[in-house]
Amino acid sequence: MSIMIILIGISLLLAIGFLTAFIWSVKSGQLDDDYTPSVRILFDDFEKKEEQKMDAISSTEIK
Amino acid sequence: MIKTATISQTTSCYHCGDICETVLHFDNQSFCCMGCRSVYQLLSQNNLCSYYDIEKTPGITQRNPVLSSAYTYLDDEKVASQLLNYKDDKIAKVIFFVPNMHCSSCIWLLEHLYKLNPNISNAKVQFMKKELHLSYNSQNTSLREIVTLLSNIGYEPAINLNSLEKQVKKDDNKKLTYQIGVAGFCFGNIMLISFPEYFGLDSFTQSAFSKLFGYINLILSIPVFLFSAQDYFISAWRGIRKKFISIEVPLALGIFIMFARSSYEVISGHGIGWFDTHAGLVFFLLIGKWFQQKTFDTLSFERDYKSYFPVAVGVVNDNNEMTVPVTSLAIGDRIIIRNNELIPADAILLKGDANVDFSFVTGESEPVAKVLGEIIYAGGRQKGATIELEVCKKVSQSYLTQLWNNDAFAKDRQSQIESFQQLVSRYFTIALLMIAFGSAIYWLFVNPVLALNAFTAVLIIACPCALALSSPFALGTAMRILGRNKFYIKAPNVVEQLAHMDTLVFDKTGTLTQATASNISFHGNDLSFEQKQLVASVVAQSIHPLSQKIKSHLQINRSLLIDSFEEVTGKGMMAEVDGHQVKIGSRHWVLEIKTKEEKLNHLATQVYISIDHEVIGYFELQQAYRVGLAKVLNSLRKTYHEYLLSGDNDKEKKELMKFFSQENHLHFNQSPSNKLDFIVSLQKHNSKVIMLGDGLNDAGALKAANIGISVTENTAYFSPASDVIMDASMFEKLPSFLQFSKNTLKVIHASFMISLIYNIIGLSLAVQGTLSPLFAAILMPLSSITVIAFTTITTTLLAKKRGLK
Repeated sequence: MSIMIILIGISLLLAIGFLTAFIWSVKSGQLDDDYTPSVRILFDDFEKKEEQKMDAISSTEIK
Repeated sequence: MIKTATISQTTSCYHCGDICETVLHFDNQSFCCMGCRSVYQLLSQNNLCSYYDIEKTPGITQRNPVLSSAYTYLDDEKVASQLLNYKDDKIAKVIFFVPNMHCSSCIWLLEHLYKLNPNISNAKVQFMKKELHLSYNSQNTSLREIVTLLSNIGYEPAINLNSLEKQVKKDDNKKLTYQIGVAGFCFGNIMLISFPEYFGLDSFTQSAFSKLFGYINLILSIPVFLFSAQDYFISAWRGIRKKFISIEVPLALGIFIMFARSSYEVISGHGIGWFDTHAGLVFFLLIGKWFQQKTFDTLSFERDYKSYFPVAVGVVNDNNEMTVPVTSLAIGDRIIIRNNELIPADAILLKGDANVDFSFVTGESEPVAKVLGEIIYAGGRQKGATIELEVCKKVSQSYLTQLWNNDAFAKDRQSQIESFQQLVSRYFTIALLMIAFGSAIYWLFVNPVLALNAFTAVLIIACPCALALSSPFALGTAMRILGRNKFYIKAPNVVEQLAHMDTLVFDKTGTLTQATASNISFHGNDLSFEQKQLVASVVAQSIHPLSQKIKSHLQINRSLLIDSFEEVTGKGMMAEVDGHQVKIGSRHWVLEIKTKEEKLNHLATQVYISIDHEVIGYFELQQAYRVGLAKVLNSLRKTYHEYLLSGDNDKEKKELMKFFSQENHLHFNQSPSNKLDFIVSLQKHNSKVIMLGDGLNDAGALKAANIGISVTENTAYFSPASDVIMDASMFEKLPSFLQFSKNTLKVIHASFMISLIYNIIGLSLAVQGTLSPLFAAILMPLSSITVIAFTTITTTLLAKKRGLK
């Protein structure tokens, strides 16, 4: 049954790892603003689309 | 020609979405004004046109551009350093409040500012707070350049006297998050480790495990006890020192006893203790606290005049104009006020045509003309040409601002009315201690071994967790619901206080009347199209609000060429258009009557028109009372005393008598300090007063009242300090809001009964000295969850019944 002691130790270590991750995320300000990042994540698409458009225009011009 | 007119009416601006009156074209897009077009040009040159793809017509209209000279004061080192958060040789950081931010396009554009000014190294938006965090190269660009850029693209940051005073950052929120995280982590793990004990597994494993688990639980409980629960000990101790028993006292006592007894049991090898209940209790309590902490970030409930006054003003000194911070203005200084600038101190008019809009102060949006030598009170906004004034009182001593020196602003009136929770917890604590000692004494005679057991068990099981949760969840839910209905509440306890009020005091202008909207009708022969065109062309030249209203009423988009134009402040305007003489203005001026002017109809303003010296009629502008005013006042009359306080004279008395039942409840000619005194005198007669106001002149009354509700057309911009900010469009729902607050209080009462039942069940076992840890571990979360579910569900259902979203 001594394997239980090791298992409990491991599970606690894992849990402490998650707690540290949580504290780090609060400290680094990830929970300060819960709206803007959800909008920001969609922006890259627009920029890429525009670049593609520009690329398409320039490639047709070359042709 | 008619065809083009109809087309232009339906064309909306590609930038701001407003209906174009005169259409400007660029890149196959139409724009309503030069300003909007130049923003588009600027953005398209820098490949920033995605701005228009994310949301349709995201822009802010540029029809009232800010003068570029307006920001010269930002070049002043002292002013700039007060605004900056950080600065060294290379980099500077600043946070702006940008009220115009409203959609995802705004976020996108503001975060791509570096494309417009490469010296901006980092731009980040916090949308809910409407904040823009900027870092820039301080060697190559200046604060003024950045602010000018922002205002050129329509995102003028709000810089006022208040933003100079560095705000102390509140980190309370973060601490609570840590505390919840730690408590949650420990709670989960303790529960897991306690399971073997719950199921009695120890009988066939060796008792060594039981010991090990006990010690692990003890170690895991230490951070909960010392860190997560510390605020309860601190506030309980504070309460006791002030001879005041708050809900925190029995909570702290329960938490402490639970930890102490459990530790004793584990160390002495008697049992496993109540560590799971202990951690769970703290975790649930903290969740309740967090739920209550909902704040409306973009709204400020603590604004005083400093939030509206400019940072700096132009001062003439030996014919040189220089910019001086408003705070260092001295008596005798000669200040320059341009169009749309605010007059920061009481001053005497020396030069120019003053046409002052006091809507900030009184809610009245029509400008008042002033003559040379007259005193203009601080808080007015000049409309029209530049004027020169001599300061006759310091900013802090001015007529309006001295209101803030009143006692009402000095004292914090947090605990005026004892909340239900405070009342209950006082009796609850006394009863609890009596039961605990009573059972201890009883067992001391019957079976001394059980005495300490029974004593601690009572304090553990009666720990009023469910009771402590009922108020936060009911009030927090109510606050969220009211917020969704644009009735923004400063703090949860205000919801409860609202339920106790019995008197309503209204301001008139801007509160009972609509600040901007008014009904326009034309009296006289119907105007022909040509006549309309003539009038529209003339009024288009003036920025006077009456002119603007007539212009939008006429809906003529094509202006004729004006040959000559003259505006006489306070009288009207004369112009020569297309060979016709057009005169628009007050009755006496247009009709050339020499007798002294007197207003005939109080509610209406008349604007006379003459073309080629022939009077053709007049426009009548009726001031409009809020929609549903009579209904609101009638339904509230049953439960509340209603009063009216108006800064105006009593010319509207007759109209208002229709709404208010008693004549002596109407008070006119009230100065800001009169209003404040009136509220205080009502309170002396044991009235609990709600004040509804809108202007800075109501600020004193709003503060002195038990609850101040500021009514505002635009929540992002202007509202004096108050407990509640209500969007003016929701005025009709006022009775529902007040009724809902009463319902919420009833929900708290009911949930208190539920938690009391749980307590009685637990106590009946505890006094017998037989309280198993398993039973406590089930009862405690069960009671908490019942109370949370009951309060949130009933509050939401009651809101639905009242027609609230």
